[in-house]
Amino acid sequence: MANPVNSNSNPAQLNTKHNSWLSALLIVFALSLPLVVWILPVSSFVITMLMQSSTYAIAILGMVVVLGYTGQINLAQAAFFGFGAYSVALGTTQYGLSFWAALLIGALSAGCAGAILGLTTLRLGGHYLAMITISFQQIFDLVAVNWIGFTHGPDGISGIARPFLGPIVLSDDRAYLTLCTLTLYCLIVLVWYLPKTRLGLAMRSIRENELASEVGGIYTLKIKVIAFTLCATFAGIGGGLFAGGFAYISPDNFNFSRAIEFLSMALLGGVQSAFGGVLGTTLLILLPEWLKQVPPDLQFIKDVYLAFYGLAVVLIMIFMPEGIWGLINKIWPNLGFKLIKQIRYHSTFKLVSIESGEKVILEIKNLTKNFGGLKAVDNLSIKVSRGTVHALIGPNGSGKTTTLNLISGIYQQSSGQIYADAIELSDAEPHERASQGVARTFQNIRLFSHMTVLENVMVGAQRFNNPALHISPPKTTQGCALEAISFVGLESKQNELVINLPYGHQRLVEIARAIAGHPKLLLLDEPAAGLNQTEKGELVELLKKLKVEHGLTIFLIDHDMKLVGGVSDVITVLNFGSKIAEGSPDQVLNHPEVIKAYLGDSNATS
Amino acid sequence: MDLANNLQVLFQGFALGSIYALVALGFVLIIRATNVVNFAQGDFAMVGAYILVIFLNFLKIPYAWAFLISLICMALFGLLFNYGVYFPLRNRSYLPVLISTLGASIFLQNSTLAIFGAQPKLLPKVFNVDGLLIAGVFLDSQYLVILVVTVACVLFQYFFFEHTLLGKKIQAVSQDKDMARLLGIPVALMIAITFIYSAVLGGLAGVLVGPILFVSIGMGSIIALKAFAATIIGGFGDVKGAIVGGIFIGVVESFAAYYISVPFKDAYAFAILFVVLIFLPQGFFGEKISQKA
Repeated sequence: MANPVNSNSNPAQLNTKHNSWLSALLIVFALSLPLVVWILPVSSFVITMLMQSSTYAIAILGMVVVLGYTGQINLAQAAFFGFGAYSVALGTTQYGLSFWAALLIGALSAGCAGAILGLTTLRLGGHYLAMITISFQQIFDLVAVNWIGFTHGPDGISGIARPFLGPIVLSDDRAYLTLCTLTLYCLIVLVWYLPKTRLGLAMRSIRENELASEVGGIYTLKIKVIAFTLCATFAGIGGGLFAGGFAYISPDNFNFSRAIEFLSMALLGGVQSAFGGVLGTTLLILLPEWLKQVPPDLQFIKDVYLAFYGLAVVLIMIFMPEGIWGLINKIWPNLGFKLIKQIRYHSTFKLVSIESGEKVILEIKNLTKNFGGLKAVDNLSIKVSRGTVHALIGPNGSGKTTTLNLISGIYQQSSGQIYADAIELSDAEPHERASQGVARTFQNIRLFSHMTVLENVMVGAQRFNNPALHISPPKTTQGCALEAISFVGLESKQNELVINLPYGHQRLVEIARAIAGHPKLLLLDEPAAGLNQTEKGELVELLKKLKVEHGLTIFLIDHDMKLVGGVSDVITVLNFGSKIAEGSPDQVLNHPEVIKAYLGDSNATS
Repeated sequence: MDLANNLQVLFQGFALGSIYALVALGFVLIIRATNVVNFAQGDFAMVGAYILVIFLNFLKIPYAWAFLISLICMALFGLLFNYGVYFPLRNRSYLPVLISTLGASIFLQNSTLAIFGAQPKLLPKVFNVDGLLIAGVFLDSQYLVILVVTVACVLFQYFFFEHTLLGKKIQAVSQDKDMARLLGIPVALMIAITFIYSAVLGGLAGVLVGPILFVSIGMGSIIALKAFAATIIGGFGDVKGAIVGGIFIGVVESFAAYYISVPFKDAYAFAILFVVLIFLPQGFFGEKISQKA
């Protein structure tokens, strides 16, 4: 039997083969580059430029991690670069440290500065971060210029010595360049591999949708601070190597213009890829040199190259948001060494739940939420029993989604308590509630659009405390994710980007992401919204299966009474934030108060 | 330290703070209309000042006319900025827009550098008198003008947003673009008007501060950073907060420069900002930030 998916994947496989040759060629070329300076007669000027490229590129790799992967802006990369450079310069010339010790101090101090900066601002989000990093950059510049007793001020520091590496003397330019390039290559491999790791997945999911990541169990603040610290540390290493390479540094190597250059380099090359970042760096370092060759009547370009950087940044943002590497990737899709293959996984999904014996799995007590003068939820108490499907219904604006947001921790209640399995969650952060086994989906789908189905679901599967990862034999994160994907029937789509999926499939991916973490309690916010009749029928079957075969407790909101009546054991009805009825579907849907709330007074009496 | 000296410093702080407040108002308007911080807001001040330099110093047009023409040019500039930098990215997330305005800022500064050179330019004061001496405190005429203009702008803005239909429409756009569009409000036009108005505000700030700080390439960015610090200290996106925050920074900075150290004058605003962000992240008047699900 011809499987349409398989027949489609054939040309792609041919393509992969072809490109893996190209990729291998590129690797050989890159690895042989450091040897060129040893074999061919290369002027010291070229070596200096290569040294500049490789040390800058290390800082740009940091930008790839923080801006490209995690989606956070950093406009102080030149200051972090300066931390490394000043540590090496001052450490070796003033305080008698060895180069390696000074380099280590540089990397660590830059990392610490990044961590502190991140901890104070990252919880506030984008604009603050942009502002604070610019401020930090300006303060660094002011200190470097004005604190002459320590930094030597605008004169800078000269006579920075180069290190020994065992018996090898690195004072030779070519040897030192080799050191820089090898460091760069190691870090490229690290940054290239990062997105496939647990940490990298978390970073990318934050870039795609921070709220969904947090609710999915990712401690977003921690991950962002880690990204920021990594970024600053990379800059520190780059800066330290830079100081050793050029033997002289001054504050104008580390000012705001340099930070902007770093940003432009990262954006031009393609900030979402290690290769792109390095490509952009090399291009922008070569560009001014190339501009020196232009005819005299165009010489003015050289003087205003920063204006061109600025213009380029605007144009790149508008026309080429993924940079040059993004374009190259469109032409040769597999050049980025993306290890994509269809994985067949034969084990089937079976919810792992740890029974704690409590009959009431979710209890909310006297929950109230005020928005200004409006009481969205008013003194609401609900008990959800283990193993049931419990629906929350009510007219528009009755406080259903607000209740769900209070349970998952997106809003903080004005008063009242929330317990899951008798553990109080009232003041817990959303990710802490997720690690207690509370999972949810969203009314307006919140997926990680530019990640594949598998990656989306893996983020759900890697939540802290996922019981399936601790049973014997333990499952892998990927295994959990693949099982959940086949459970919702999307195994053939595992490597599709979510943004390319039809709406109904995106709803299923949200459910798969939620159940891949083997939750105790699944909160569904209007899971049937926008689905057609067939899809709704499939959804009902899926929910019934989750309840009956897997014993999952589901708490859901929906407007479709047929669906709610079909799957629910208990229905709670809200109006104006208060409970007006509760009971079995039959009791509730015929309750006069409920009919009045939905259809108004006259209909109830007629 | 005697009272007169302190009053003198206080007065200067208020005047400088008013400039920060003017630029901060422009920030807040754009934040409210587009939910994006315009990192070229300070360069609006720089561009405004240089336009006045062209008309006054090169074309020798009388001051009042040059002043007026400069503001009209700034309105055009705001329109251009809207269509060149914001509009193509209006459907993307905040980060591309933020980076794009940053790129525009670098472009504006360095192309101005290419045209006018690095030498700072001089602008005359609005009134050709030195100022008043009251109880030992010298009130510079330019500082007085700045204070008066700031108060006038704040009153105008209050009246405009609370008591005119256009102002209400712009507010509606800032609260919910889709709903405003459904109600028949031309959203793109409202945002364009916001950019025009905040470019004029920025230009006004530049023209007024020009005689005090010299007209230079970097004048805008340093004012903008402090103005943005003011918007954060006052409460992100809050008009009242922007004004109070701006004046607060101006006053603290003047006193710190007088009593502690002049070279680090520009660092105090950031130091205050760090402290505020750690202990009072929502600022003086801001609401706690929360996301919608």
